[in-house]
Amino acid sequence: MTSPKPRRQWPDWLAGYALLSPALLVMAATLAAPVIALFVLSFWSQTGFDIDRSFTLANYWKLIEPSSEPMVWMGIPFPFAYPVAAILMLKSLVMSLVATVVVIAMAYPMAYFLAFRVTRHKALWIILLTIPFWTSYLLRVFAWKIVLGYNGAINTGLKSLGIIEAPLEFLLYNPIAVMITLAHAWIAFTVLPIYVSLEKIDRSLLEAATDLGDSRWQRFWRVTLPLSAPGTIAAALLVFIPTVGDYVTPTLVGGPGGTMIGTLMQELFLRQDNAPLGAALAIVMMAIIAGIVALFLWAVGYSKMRERSR
Amino acid sequence: MLGKPSALFIYAIAFMIFLYGPVMLMPVFSLNDSTFATFPLKGFTTRHYASMLANTSMILSLKNSLVVGVIVSVTATAIGLPAAIALTRYRLPGGGPVLSAMMLPLVIPSIVIAVALLVIVLRFLHMNLSLWTVGAGHILLCIPFSMTVLMSRLEGFDKSLEEASRDLGENAWMTFVRVTLPLAAPGVISSLLLCFIISFDEFVVAFFLTGTENTLPVYLFSQLRFPNKLPGTLALGSAILLGSAILVVAADLLRKLGVQSAKPGDL
Amino acid sequence: MAKADSIISISGVTKRFGPVTAVDDISFDISRGEFFSLLGSSGCGKTTLLRMLAGFEQPTEGEIFIDSEPMAGVPANHRPTNMVFQSYAIFPHLNVGENIGYGLRNAAISKDEAGKRVSDALELVKLSGYGGRAAHQLSGGQRQRVALARALVCRPKVLLLDEPLGALDKNLREEMQIELRALQRTVGITFVFVTHDQEEALTLSDRIAVMSKGRVLQIDAPEALYENPNCREVAEFIGTMNVFSGRIAASAKGATTIDARALGKLQARGTSRKGDYAFLAVRPEKLKLMTKKPAASMNAIAGVVSAISYRGDRHHFLVTAEGHDRPISVSQQNDSDTKSTPMNVGAKVWITWPATTGRVLSH
Repeated sequence: MTSPKPRRQWPDWLAGYALLSPALLVMAATLAAPVIALFVLSFWSQTGFDIDRSFTLANYWKLIEPSSEPMVWMGIPFPFAYPVAAILMLKSLVMSLVATVVVIAMAYPMAYFLAFRVTRHKALWIILLTIPFWTSYLLRVFAWKIVLGYNGAINTGLKSLGIIEAPLEFLLYNPIAVMITLAHAWIAFTVLPIYVSLEKIDRSLLEAATDLGDSRWQRFWRVTLPLSAPGTIAAALLVFIPTVGDYVTPTLVGGPGGTMIGTLMQELFLRQDNAPLGAALAIVMMAIIAGIVALFLWAVGYSKMRERSR
Repeated sequence: MLGKPSALFIYAIAFMIFLYGPVMLMPVFSLNDSTFATFPLKGFTTRHYASMLANTSMILSLKNSLVVGVIVSVTATAIGLPAAIALTRYRLPGGGPVLSAMMLPLVIPSIVIAVALLVIVLRFLHMNLSLWTVGAGHILLCIPFSMTVLMSRLEGFDKSLEEASRDLGENAWMTFVRVTLPLAAPGVISSLLLCFIISFDEFVVAFFLTGTENTLPVYLFSQLRFPNKLPGTLALGSAILLGSAILVVAADLLRKLGVQSAKPGDL
Repeated sequence: MAKADSIISISGVTKRFGPVTAVDDISFDISRGEFFSLLGSSGCGKTTLLRMLAGFEQPTEGEIFIDSEPMAGVPANHRPTNMVFQSYAIFPHLNVGENIGYGLRNAAISKDEAGKRVSDALELVKLSGYGGRAAHQLSGGQRQRVALARALVCRPKVLLLDEPLGALDKNLREEMQIELRALQRTVGITFVFVTHDQEEALTLSDRIAVMSKGRVLQIDAPEALYENPNCREVAEFIGTMNVFSGRIAASAKGATTIDARALGKLQARGTSRKGDYAFLAVRPEKLKLMTKKPAASMNAIAGVVSAISYRGDRHHFLVTAEGHDRPISVSQQNDSDTKSTPMNVGAKVWITWPATTGRVLSH
């Protein structure tokens, strides 16, 4: 051993934050600053090719400006002067919600199978579920265009089998196609988190439930489902939040009827060159999503649920 | 699994078919001797792949994607590793909120990230869009993944191994070199591979933030609108799917090397 | 401040983690070549204190001297201490020889010398020829020996051991206790040993510090600790102890009488102020069971046998006495050749002991 050399040691928190600083700087530069810029821009206005930097709430007002002649969509009146934003917002939320419910309903049994039934080749099952997770989102969405298209796999397949005469036109370019595609594209994100939350459940708890007289279904409802709920809810949010603003899916398989809020945002930024309005739309969308998520988590008592199943 | 297969097993098989079926059509049609992606299949050909390789703008965007992917994965891992060490090895006030903040890109729709970056680059910094702006966006998207992989690796081995090294006379840097880095190596490599895949496959941010040069997904997207380019697109798509699958499997195998991590499915 | 023969001097050391005080104003010295144990239940601060000696934690207040050098600001890698970790912390990516030689890289010695030291260390812990083994091929006992060799090879002035036997099963643990004690005598290095196992501490140590809630209750040799605990908590932590409470009726010249109310007047060693509330502590093996009331010079309590358990070498009785809420433990050696216990559950008995075997404790 060398003889003791007293030296000034960095306190733990300072050394820790020094190590964190590159990551925090990158987060500040690529997330915090841009979101602040987006927020600031939403209070400016577009005048021709220039930006008018005087503060205005006009963009937000445009999104909610009432009109005496409501536009009716799906039987719902939208009393706005610029109803397309509100309509697409609602439509996006509903479509994402449906896709999320479908995703969870489909992924949960798969995760359950993986956690409780698979004994051999578990690693193989997991890697097979992992690969789609990491392969091109664009291509996974595009695949459905090949499946559902006018000259797609289903139509030409059914035709060559003699089941149908003419191609079915209702398959592609509608909200249903968007929801199926969204469900397929995001399902790989949910199986693994749900699987992890099921795998963590102490098997002796299940044995205890059986020992205390529960049938398999009772045991599932009373033990397995509540304990896996936090992971399942987290997985659902990981699907719902990003899909609301999805741009790829409505563009490729949505057609005119399947457009979503992301489509409008892209138009405002890249085509109509009204970035301030687009910024306001993005801010409002994030606020609405955050509000819905917070309300949902509060309603199901998520924080308590997590404490309990720890 | 003896005797009659259980309902859940049948469900699992059906699930896998749903998961892989649509995507597998792409390689099938890409090898079909036809300009349309239609049944019945005509005959086997590799000519779509040959024409794809002869396409210079495709090759150029492939090169762009490779360059961006490598820079992004190295940068995201290089800033993720010290951050992961800080969050797993130091008593940090505010460590929890910091980690949550780093996971934010997971739950922000990528179009919002894209337009926010677009706004700051064009309207505030008055810079031109380029592959650099794409790379900046991709690094942000990679941080949560890089952090998750690295932190689960660092949590997978005993903190007292590093203390033992300090105790045996090594300073902080040499402890990192002799203990932390070799033990974290599988995590570092899988972080590199996964960040590369994320960047290589990412479309929305690249679409909004690229200048005159295309990345491969942006190029691919531009081709999707032209039905007559479909076979070449299918060939390209199939090649990308195969490449990603190989990288994912490699990342998974590497992650399992060395000290076994007890946590499954935490890629 | 530090005495000449002390290798470690702890002076007014306090460690706080936020609102929690893990170590609360501790001061004591450890002598050169001593086998010193820190004993206490989990959360008593013993591991925190050990980690402050190692340099993994810095005291919030107070000072630590090792070999008369102040340790404030000296990082773990510059301290003349080495540690055997509770988990052993064997580097999984290095083999046994590389693990043991890990700390020699920074010692100014030649490669040959380092190799010789590693093989000497392997021999010392009876693992000669294991140098090329991979870490994961070792059994629990072998990992413990590697951890020991790795720390000793650096020739520390103090070896710190954090519950190193806790992960071993009972038989192996007892074997390792004997080896550890022998090893310490061979190398002559000061050992500071953290444990929650009082038997282990009594077997191994020259001196033991009993800790509770971040404070040191008593520091003494094992025998003194067992026979003369300085407070009720130490008395009850080490072995089994019967404790009777009452007010001091009389106290003079190291002999005290306690008025234990319903139990009558009891006599014990020790001095206390008349009228104070105090405890009388007496070990189960000092008590005798009798069927008749004993002589007046002896302490005596009447009771009823409520449970008997056979422990091979002895019988263990629980006796309930009117006016005492806890059953009294009595241990009797099986030293006669016949089954000689006339006592059955329910039998009325007298518990008796001489005044000199009990001790008065003021708290």
